[in-house]
Amino acid sequence: MWDDLTLLGFGAMGWGHALFTAATTTVAVSACAFALGLAIGTLCAWAKLSGPAPLRRLAEVYGVVLRGIPDLLVIYLFYFGGRQVATTVAGLFGHHGPVEISGFAAGAIAIGLISGAGQTEVLRGAYQAISPGTLEAAKVGGMTRWTMFRRIIAPQALPTALPGLNNQWQSAIKESALVSVTGLVETMREVGIAAGSTELPFLFYAAGIVIYLIITSLSGLVFRTAEWRAMRSQMPARAR
Amino acid sequence: MDIHFLLGLIPTLLSGLPLTLELTVFSLLGGGVIALLLNGLRAGSIVGARVADFYVFLFRGSPLLLQIFLIYYAPGQFSFIRHSFVWPFLREPYVCALLALMLNDAAYTSEIIRAGLRAAPRGAIEAAVVGGMSPLTRLRRVILPLAFRQALPAYGIEITGMLKSTSLASVVTLMDVTGIASAEVSQTYRAIEVFLTAAVIYLVLVTLVTYGVQRLEGWLSPTRTPLSARSAA
Amino acid sequence: MSLTRSNFLRASLLGAAGLATGPFIRAARAAIPAVVHIATEAAFPPFNMQSPDGKIIGFEPDMVAEIARRSRLNCVMVSQAWDGMIAGLTGGKYEAVCDSISITPKREQVIAFTVPYTTGSSGFAVMKDGGPVLPGNGTQIVLDDDAATKPAVAALAKALSGKILGVQVATIQNDFLTKYLKDSITIRTYASGPDVYLDLTNGRIDALMASSTNIAAFVKRSKGDMIRTGFTFTGGVLGLGSAIGLRQDEVELKAAFDTALTGMIKDGTLRGLSMKWFGTDITPAA
Repeated sequence: MWDDLTLLGFGAMGWGHALFTAATTTVAVSACAFALGLAIGTLCAWAKLSGPAPLRRLAEVYGVVLRGIPDLLVIYLFYFGGRQVATTVAGLFGHHGPVEISGFAAGAIAIGLISGAGQTEVLRGAYQAISPGTLEAAKVGGMTRWTMFRRIIAPQALPTALPGLNNQWQSAIKESALVSVTGLVETMREVGIAAGSTELPFLFYAAGIVIYLIITSLSGLVFRTAEWRAMRSQMPARAR
Repeated sequence: MDIHFLLGLIPTLLSGLPLTLELTVFSLLGGGVIALLLNGLRAGSIVGARVADFYVFLFRGSPLLLQIFLIYYAPGQFSFIRHSFVWPFLREPYVCALLALMLNDAAYTSEIIRAGLRAAPRGAIEAAVVGGMSPLTRLRRVILPLAFRQALPAYGIEITGMLKSTSLASVVTLMDVTGIASAEVSQTYRAIEVFLTAAVIYLVLVTLVTYGVQRLEGWLSPTRTPLSARSAA
Repeated sequence: MSLTRSNFLRASLLGAAGLATGPFIRAARAAIPAVVHIATEAAFPPFNMQSPDGKIIGFEPDMVAEIARRSRLNCVMVSQAWDGMIAGLTGGKYEAVCDSISITPKREQVIAFTVPYTTGSSGFAVMKDGGPVLPGNGTQIVLDDDAATKPAVAALAKALSGKILGVQVATIQNDFLTKYLKDSITIRTYASGPDVYLDLTNGRIDALMASSTNIAAFVKRSKGDMIRTGFTFTGGVLGLGSAIGLRQDEVELKAAFDTALTGMIKDGTLRGLSMKWFGTDITPAA
């Protein structure tokens, strides 16, 4: 059993390098998905709070659907259906033949869509926690919408939103384990290949769990530091 | 879209529904019991609290899919497990999937319970003490009901989360709704129609559960006057 | 092309789409491309597996390298999970799939196949210790021959009564079990072939049915813990063997692959590769 541990190392017979690359891919695809989710979430939170009725309804349907379907099915549907949609769209622009979306892009977009639904709720909750008086004061003070967003809404909503966003980030990492169907070799797929090639499932699946724990706890630490700094920067403002 | 194909598809996929529901209910029940035990452990001692913390860290910090694979494929690698009394159980894919779902659910549910227990206002507990309630009565009549109401929205999300998570059991040969859908796709290669129909089934289930939990939340809200409602009924 | 308003609009939209998605989207072509990507699971030794340094090795990668040499094509093996493999092929992610895929009538509706590079027959494997003993060792039954098939199936049904059999989903072997043995056994279906192997070694199933080629791979992999037993079946739908899968419009590529493969079978090169990786000949007769 302990001899097997050299298989996890970085030597000639070790899978260390392959696992490290796969872990990097997991972080990269989750980060892209999270960023996409943040963009979608901001847009949908705005639509739900003060958008025109059709947009508001669209955002609501998007949220209900994405939160009502298992992640695995969302990824399957995106992988099998997304290509058809992309090909059809490209066909409308005069492009013929199938269009290929890379495994990385397909994975990032699929998880981004799931993450966006969760982030919408986090951001909406954070906005609603801002006291209405503050917003009114800013309006009366003559701030433009953009200035208000930049100077009042974002700084006040962010600290409230951070724990929720941390949760969404952690979910994105865990959901990335489902994207192997798209052909992307991330951590889950690489430990699967290693377990199949070496016939040591325990060693490699356990190593996979450790890799995910390292990623989730280290990045969780980053979020908690940000939370702490955001809270601290708010203190004097509140004291005043 | 081929209407005959769809009409044939719906009953095929629905035949996996009992297994999906069974996995959901049993994993929530089992997970709930383990979650209560974890909270007991946490309240018991510092070492117990550390153990509970590590458990939560382990199961919340890694993907459920990997946990299922580990529980399904790893024990068979060791002959001492294959020759032990647990093997007849671990041999069954159903048991492995359910075990992984339960253990995973317990980590999330224990945190929900913990947050709920902390939510009982100090005034209410003090009032119960002054009123002469025994610790057990206090737990039963004041702390648990308050914790339950407090934890209900989060637990509602956990219920739908588990409902969706059971779809991962399909990777270890279980024929739940997703498992049947995957088999159907590899036979017909009509991925979109099949997965879309399966998605609609889950969507309906999740919507029903969400609606039920919201009704329960409304019914248990403090703004509602329970006595008059009861006398009216 | 005259620069009408709609043409201009279309061109600029296409340009914008191209800029926005440039790194992610690349067009697939119908003729043989400069680099032919061939997908494999990379976790099914000795057919295909990955070495720690990330290289895909095995019987099929060696075979593909030889095909590439003979047909002067630049072939690159890429790894892809079985779940999305056929969809990836039809969707244009790669040009071919080579993963010990049996030719089946259902698959032929969706993709094209080269000439088979393995013999077409199917059989059973069990664990040496404690596995059921099946009748008909070493006897090959031709399914078109009713007089031979009936007693063989009856004997198998008796030996396997109440047992759990594993088989890959949507395969000819699955069809065979469903048609002939459904009433006496429990059938458990798996998404991929290697998973069936793992669960037989783990003791979750009592026996498995697979192509003789896959069984040869399993026996080799288990270092003798797993054995082949009972009748083998061929003919009818079971006699097709496994082949490289292609999109149906890849006529030129199929022709190039077929020529190379036929040559390799004729001059014994493929047989040599089989002996190297399996220690036995799994290739079709010349």
